[in-house]
Amino acid sequence: MVIAVRRIIFFATLFTIWEILYRLNQVYEVRSTTLFPSPIGAVEQLYIGFFETGILTEALSQSLQRIAVGFTLAVIIGALLGIVLGISKIADETLGSLVIALQSVPSIVWLPIAFVLFGVGNTAIIFVVTLGGTWAMTLNMRMGIKNVEPILIRAAKTMGYQGKELVWRVMIPASIPSALTGMRLAWAFGWRALMAAELIGRGGLGRTLMDARDFYNMDLVIAIMVIIAVIGLIVEYLVFNKIEKNVLSRWGLNDNR
Amino acid sequence: MQSVSIKNVEKTFSNTKELGSFTVFDDISLNIQEGEFVSLLGPSGCGKSTLLNIIAGLDKATKGTIYVGDHLVNGPGSDRGVVFQEAALMPWLTVLDNVTFALKKKLPKQEAKKRAEEYLKLVHLSRFLDSYPYELSGGMKQRVSIARALAMDPDILLMDEPFGALDEQTRSMLHKELHDIWEKTQKTIIFVTHNIRESILLSDRIVLMGTRPGGIREVYPVSLDRPRDTSSTGFIQLEKEINSVLAKEIDKVMKEEIGDGYSR
Ligand SMILES: Nc1ncnc2c1ncn2[C@@H]1O[C@H](COP(=O)(O)OP(=O)(O)OP(=O)(O)O)[C@@H](O)[C@H]1O
Ligand SMILES: [Mg+2]
Repeated sequence: MVIAVRRIIFFATLFTIWEILYRLNQVYEVRSTTLFPSPIGAVEQLYIGFFETGILTEALSQSLQRIAVGFTLAVIIGALLGIVLGISKIADETLGSLVIALQSVPSIVWLPIAFVLFGVGNTAIIFVVTLGGTWAMTLNMRMGIKNVEPILIRAAKTMGYQGKELVWRVMIPASIPSALTGMRLAWAFGWRALMAAELIGRGGLGRTLMDARDFYNMDLVIAIMVIIAVIGLIVEYLVFNKIEKNVLSRWGLNDNR
Repeated sequence: MQSVSIKNVEKTFSNTKELGSFTVFDDISLNIQEGEFVSLLGPSGCGKSTLLNIIAGLDKATKGTIYVGDHLVNGPGSDRGVVFQEAALMPWLTVLDNVTFALKKKLPKQEAKKRAEEYLKLVHLSRFLDSYPYELSGGMKQRVSIARALAMDPDILLMDEPFGALDEQTRSMLHKELHDIWEKTQKTIIFVTHNIRESILLSDRIVLMGTRPGGIREVYPVSLDRPRDTSSTGFIQLEKEINSVLAKEIDKVMKEEIGDGYSR
């Protein structure tokens, strides 16, 4: 509770100071007034964009659709790839090093190639989002599989489990906590990649932000940035953190046991 | 049920950190009859778990062979149930599911569940069927792991200090349960322990192991009538006899580990 109150006071203060600066600037014109955004203006733009014109509703829903598809693909591909790398030494030594190399490439640099491959549209952007999340998912899944406690595998072997069954019934369930970390990172990278791609591509929050800038509507630019931050926070902290906490304690990995 | 015969088994760990390679024991031979209850007793580090794991088929012997009945051990199998020194429960499964997990390969679902419940009742965990391992104490986890191995109904039970983490009361209760199960099912049991009393109480034979060189020091047949009375003269005499030899072995280990500063 105390923390919540402190936070509210902090953000209210920030908001007020900013608004004061905005008003002072309108009087003294230190900077061009059209390019100086106001927090109250941003709130107004949020209202207009969601409830009057609907441009923000539309942009947000397009962005969410893209991240949903890209994230799902990243998780599926990453999980499969991670399992293969975790199990097969040969795959790990070859394909694994390629994954590590690819992981250090910011996925947005794939956009030009994506445009060539898929045209300037939805598919290219989803491609970049998917690449943004896949490698984090892969590497975390791989870690999970590699770090399964050997005693669990040995125990299952004495119960007659072997080969594929060991993978499905022991190794994969045992690596769920790592997989979740991978999913959280895949989402975070994917969301960032999406915004970068939309600034250049078509549709979604990113494109709307660029359009707003072109019309010198700085209040709308700020409004969109707020939406981007809020969506990021909600998913990373409310959704994933909650799930991770539950899973970690179930798997006996919590610190405060 | 099945006999176990261990023939000239050696175990050497190559590429260990300090020593390069390390031979735990170099020539262990032992014949265990069908339905026999044998305890392995010995100081920490003498290779009791190592031998048990080799019999389980989880580790390979460097030399020698192990037969279960007339079939050569070359991997794990559900004819040999293992209770590990650590409980080794699947953390994502409930207590009940941990036990049925071991039965899924041989029984239909409903039957597996019924059998699991039955054995969990035996170890007094009926109230915890839906708990997860992280909600249990060390002793409770160990009891789940015992129930799991018993429920599998293997020909041979390999138990690695199964009662080490339990309080005295639970321990003696489980001694009785294990004894009854053994009598009823005529399973062959190989039972690792540090506890001389426990081994005399339960076993037909006690195999005393030592270190450097690792191997079998003595084999004590226990001919006392069952159920055994820990205060009978025969019991106490045997306990003393084993204790004097075991104490020497433990002394040897202590001296090596602690160095010259050690004295009794
Ligand atoms: N994977 C391994 N690599 C190298 N050395 C090992 C390995 N496993 C066991 N050892 C060594 O083998 C010896 C026997 O170990 P083991 O676990 O069988 O002992 P133990 O008799 O079961 O002891 P305790 O009573 O403490 O459980 C020890 O000295 C140990 O250091
Ligand atoms: Mg041991």
